[in-house]
Amino acid sequence: MELIFFFEVLVGGLLAGIMYSLVALGFVLIYKASGVFNFAQGAMVFFAALAFVSFQSWGWPFPLALLAALATMIVVALATERVVLRKLVNQPPITLFMATIGLTFVLEGLAQLIFGTDVHRLELGIPDDPLEIQGMLISTFDLIAAGVAALLVVALGVFFQYTRVGRALRAVADDHQAALSIGIPLQHIWAIVWAVAGFVALVAGLLWGARLGVQFALTLVALKALPVLILGGFTSVPGAIVGGLIIGASEKLAEVYVGPFVGGGIENWFAYVLALGFLLVRPEGLFGERHIDRV
Amino acid sequence: MSATESPASTPLLAVNNIEVIYDHVILVLKGVSLAVPEGGIVALLGANGAGKTTTLKAVSNLLGAERGDVTKGAIHFRGERVDQLTPAELVRRGVVQVMEGRHCFAHLSIEENLLTGAYTQALSRSELRDALERVYHYFPRLKERRASQAGYTSGGEQQMCAIGRAIMARPAMILLDEPSMGLAPQIVEQIFEIVKDLNVRERISFLLAEQNTMVALRYADFGYILENGRVVMEGSAQALGSNEDVKEFYLGLASEGRKSFRDARSYRRRKRWLA
Repeated sequence: MELIFFFEVLVGGLLAGIMYSLVALGFVLIYKASGVFNFAQGAMVFFAALAFVSFQSWGWPFPLALLAALATMIVVALATERVVLRKLVNQPPITLFMATIGLTFVLEGLAQLIFGTDVHRLELGIPDDPLEIQGMLISTFDLIAAGVAALLVVALGVFFQYTRVGRALRAVADDHQAALSIGIPLQHIWAIVWAVAGFVALVAGLLWGARLGVQFALTLVALKALPVLILGGFTSVPGAIVGGLIIGASEKLAEVYVGPFVGGGIENWFAYVLALGFLLVRPEGLFGERHIDRV
Repeated sequence: MSATESPASTPLLAVNNIEVIYDHVILVLKGVSLAVPEGGIVALLGANGAGKTTTLKAVSNLLGAERGDVTKGAIHFRGERVDQLTPAELVRRGVVQVMEGRHCFAHLSIEENLLTGAYTQALSRSELRDALERVYHYFPRLKERRASQAGYTSGGEQQMCAIGRAIMARPAMILLDEPSMGLAPQIVEQIFEIVKDLNVRERISFLLAEQNTMVALRYADFGYILENGRVVMEGSAQALGSNEDVKEFYLGLASEGRKSFRDARSYRRRKRWLA
């Protein structure tokens, strides 16, 4: 019984962790390709989810609303590249980071201006009843979310590893100048990366939106992705997944087993403590790319 | 000194009296003119900071990425003005730069590095394989190391990788910046042999910036010597190689034994004044 309970908490935590990974993925994509920490990723998640529910509330069927939301995110990506990034080429990373903070406010404001400030319910048609496996109660919704995340990661992995554009993306991530010198147009690449990150934000926004309701608080989900990134490494897609799993599981386990001794509420801060500890030991993260230096 | 005096009547590349300013204030090139004939190897010689790299980057238009600007003059490739084109457009037209310090993609394998070179070409799978084989034909060493991460290969292999990557773009002309930097003399020789081979068999023209004057003049047909952002001397590789001043200042050979550094400096200052 004890053991079953332990596993139930563990699996619940792992599945919750996948949800963090989904958000972290968006950060990783942009960081890999442009070295920019995109503070606006949370706002993009919010924007995508809000766009989707609004389209749905206009009576559009699910697939159409989904496509329209995706198109919206691509437009956002292209606009960001044209209006923000292109003007800031070759500026130091901190400048770009500041620009993404600005972008956050623009996106948040824009989303509420266009789609209103109401809290929306998001119905994906996925049942949220617990499923009993081997005596453990596991949320169906979480299972499906994990499946979607897994699919997404595989798709991204194939895209990065085996396609011409994916290879170019990795090349740009390694060395802007060299990429430019062999004729890879940085602007296109950045637009593509932001569009892909927008797509990931849409998936994350839908799943999180179905969980929490589509509301402003969705932007804060991004904060949960930070410890995941620190753990997994800012440059690694698998890192984002594993980091999410570790954070999710340890958070839940800590809450259940350590919580009672310190009065509970551990879940909200435990991840950050874990990340902080990790920073001391392995600052590039579990799967972060080692800096290759020839001496 | 103008393009009309150049070795061929209609040069592949003609740089006409360009001036380059960095950050709106720092004048680096003060009127450089040069020409590269179709199928030629032209060496751009000079000391550190003379403006060799800047000249190459002005041609490939990588200057924009470093806040440099061509403020005067014109650059023509195949008779068309190219100074306002993006680097990607230039690559598509056949001008590729191999940057100083190799700049391989450290986390990509050698083969992936080569494949990125074909980005502008949109080749089919079998065409890509052919292009790869062509590179491996000139650089058999790269074939052995095809699966290694470029960051972990030797300097010579990285130089080969960088040149191979450029060849994947099917260029008419390669701007090659300091290929000898940091390499053992034997490897330098090997790389220049391959450059010559590519020149002869693939008809790729080269504009080559080198500090290693001796080697560069041995493989080039024509040379320009840059000093302080100006061309101070030009001539066939043979003429330059036998020129007393060049021998003294760039090859370290003098007709009447070694001169003291002090003499050389004052002499050099006067020369520059006259130039």
